[in-house]
Amino acid sequence: MASNVVMTPRRARPSNRLWRIFANHLATAAAIGSTILVMAPLIAIFGYLLYKGASSLNLAFFTQVPKPVGELGGGMANSILGSGILLAIASLMGVPIGIAGGIYIAEFGRGKRLANMVRFTADVLNGVPSIVMGIAVYGLIVVPQKHFSALAGGAALGIMMIPTITRTTEEMLLMVPLNVREAALGLGVPNWRSVLSITLRTASPGVITGCMLAFARVAGETAPLLFTAFGNQFWSTSVNEPIAALPLQIYVYALSPYDEWHRLAWAGALVLIVLIVVSVALVRYVAGRGVLKGAS
Amino acid sequence: MAGQADVTQQTESGSSPGSAPSPVRAFLLNCGSSSLADRTFSTLMLLCALSIFAIVILILYELISGSTLTIQKFGISFFFGSAWDPVNGNFGALPFIYGTVVSSIVSLIIAVPLAVGVAIFLTEMCPEFLRGFLAFFTELLAAIPSVVYGLWAIFVLVPLLRQYVNPFLIQTLGWSGIFTGPNYGFDVLSAGMILSIMILPIISSLTREVISAVPHSQREAVLALGATRWEMIRMGVLRNARIGIVGSVILGLGRALGETMAVTMVIGNRPEISRSLLAPGYSMASVIANEFSEASDSLYLSALIEIGLALFIVTIIVNALARVLVWAVTRGAPVRGT
Repeated sequence: MASNVVMTPRRARPSNRLWRIFANHLATAAAIGSTILVMAPLIAIFGYLLYKGASSLNLAFFTQVPKPVGELGGGMANSILGSGILLAIASLMGVPIGIAGGIYIAEFGRGKRLANMVRFTADVLNGVPSIVMGIAVYGLIVVPQKHFSALAGGAALGIMMIPTITRTTEEMLLMVPLNVREAALGLGVPNWRSVLSITLRTASPGVITGCMLAFARVAGETAPLLFTAFGNQFWSTSVNEPIAALPLQIYVYALSPYDEWHRLAWAGALVLIVLIVVSVALVRYVAGRGVLKGAS
Repeated sequence: MAGQADVTQQTESGSSPGSAPSPVRAFLLNCGSSSLADRTFSTLMLLCALSIFAIVILILYELISGSTLTIQKFGISFFFGSAWDPVNGNFGALPFIYGTVVSSIVSLIIAVPLAVGVAIFLTEMCPEFLRGFLAFFTELLAAIPSVVYGLWAIFVLVPLLRQYVNPFLIQTLGWSGIFTGPNYGFDVLSAGMILSIMILPIISSLTREVISAVPHSQREAVLALGATRWEMIRMGVLRNARIGIVGSVILGLGRALGETMAVTMVIGNRPEISRSLLAPGYSMASVIANEFSEASDSLYLSALIEIGLALFIVTIIVNALARVLVWAVTRGAPVRGT
């Protein structure tokens, strides 16, 4: 494609040459400038979050439930617990199905049209707005049950985890060399066993990375919880009751007119971010020293 | 593969009964090497893979069955009406569609040049020691939950825009009609700004992937002809990667269209169509987020679900298009018609 430019040679006049050098520097400056511009809001968000969040965090935040309007203090202990329960339900649902889907595409469906369709659908499903998932689960679980519940919230999050995990598992399994599989089968290991304890085992750091990324993404989701888990001001561990969640509580407090609640929202945001960043960093650490490097 | 297990079994049963099986054999015999186990396993995996289709079909079914009421009552005019009057049962989705589209376009105008710039810097210019660090940082930007973006936007971005940027825009560009009216701060422009920060990492990381897929020989060829680095990037890299870049931009658009929380928190939530970017608006996702749990009658609920249906179909189309374009480049071959 570059050839048609090159095919018409033009003698480089001095001014032309100067212009080209200038354009080169200009482009370099623009690229560096845009990188700095992109880094600026990130640093601003993190800096402000640390500053605001750290100054509002205290022990009560982790031990108390929200206080009624007008009273100082209180915390988000029930939201932290609620988020934990929701994420546990979501992981129980999303991780096995997601990994199994990935195994199908990589191990059984290679080159088949069905597998390509599954892959494509997973990619497309990844981009579906989370609020739409919320509506669907509302119709599926909340309406028949006639009340909001932790189960519905967890299901909404679990459905969102499936496509992400499927895709990463597939990619990681494809990186495992064929020889490993052949060696296992050559020893007489049944196929299912070879897939589970040889291929999946070899790819496990990558698969874990995928699961953690899906987990981190889902941990901060608010929209699908608005009308599935709904939120709760009190302690609740029942999967059949509305349950509090950290992102929901942050949302409610951020839109409130009270300074005290704003303070709690910042503290909650800091806790949420720390949770997510720690899991992402852990993922990079695990993936960085992964077994895969030696295998592929 | 099922045959493999059969063979194993046959050899097992065929071996002389006198010799004791070695530990390895005994282990293998005990771990279910039957074709039944194999077939069950592969069927199970297939079912889990098919669950992805099931999810799409279930979502579609729920959305369509939930919105039959408004589909029957308003038909296609639902998307062209600008009245949103839950009390009198009159619903039109145009203000929300308008708000979604305008805020997404604003976000693309801001994010695309920056994202491509970052991708070029990281792949073509960046010194090695900075690359991993910067890539990690932009990934981190994608990991921040949207509610935290919203929180930050309410307390930092909106006051900043209201105090410094908006007065300047009104003064210099007010004549165009795009930047006029009272300066609330909670408006379509703020929503577009926060959206652009949110979709930047997606666009830039995909663009980076596409740019890395351009073969090195292209770059070397252009450089060998005496091109400067910028000319090399322009002719050798961007020209080859343009389809993939368009794909990643469309993917970012898909994310912007469906983004809910951050937009809801800053867009102002007023169902009006205004030419000015400084007027409060409303978006499709945020009307669902705000009014769904308060929807009192079934027609109201049905209208909201139909907006969700429209959002679902539009994002599916946008994402499918984007994926096809990105694949076309990163797979190194044009997409086959199959």
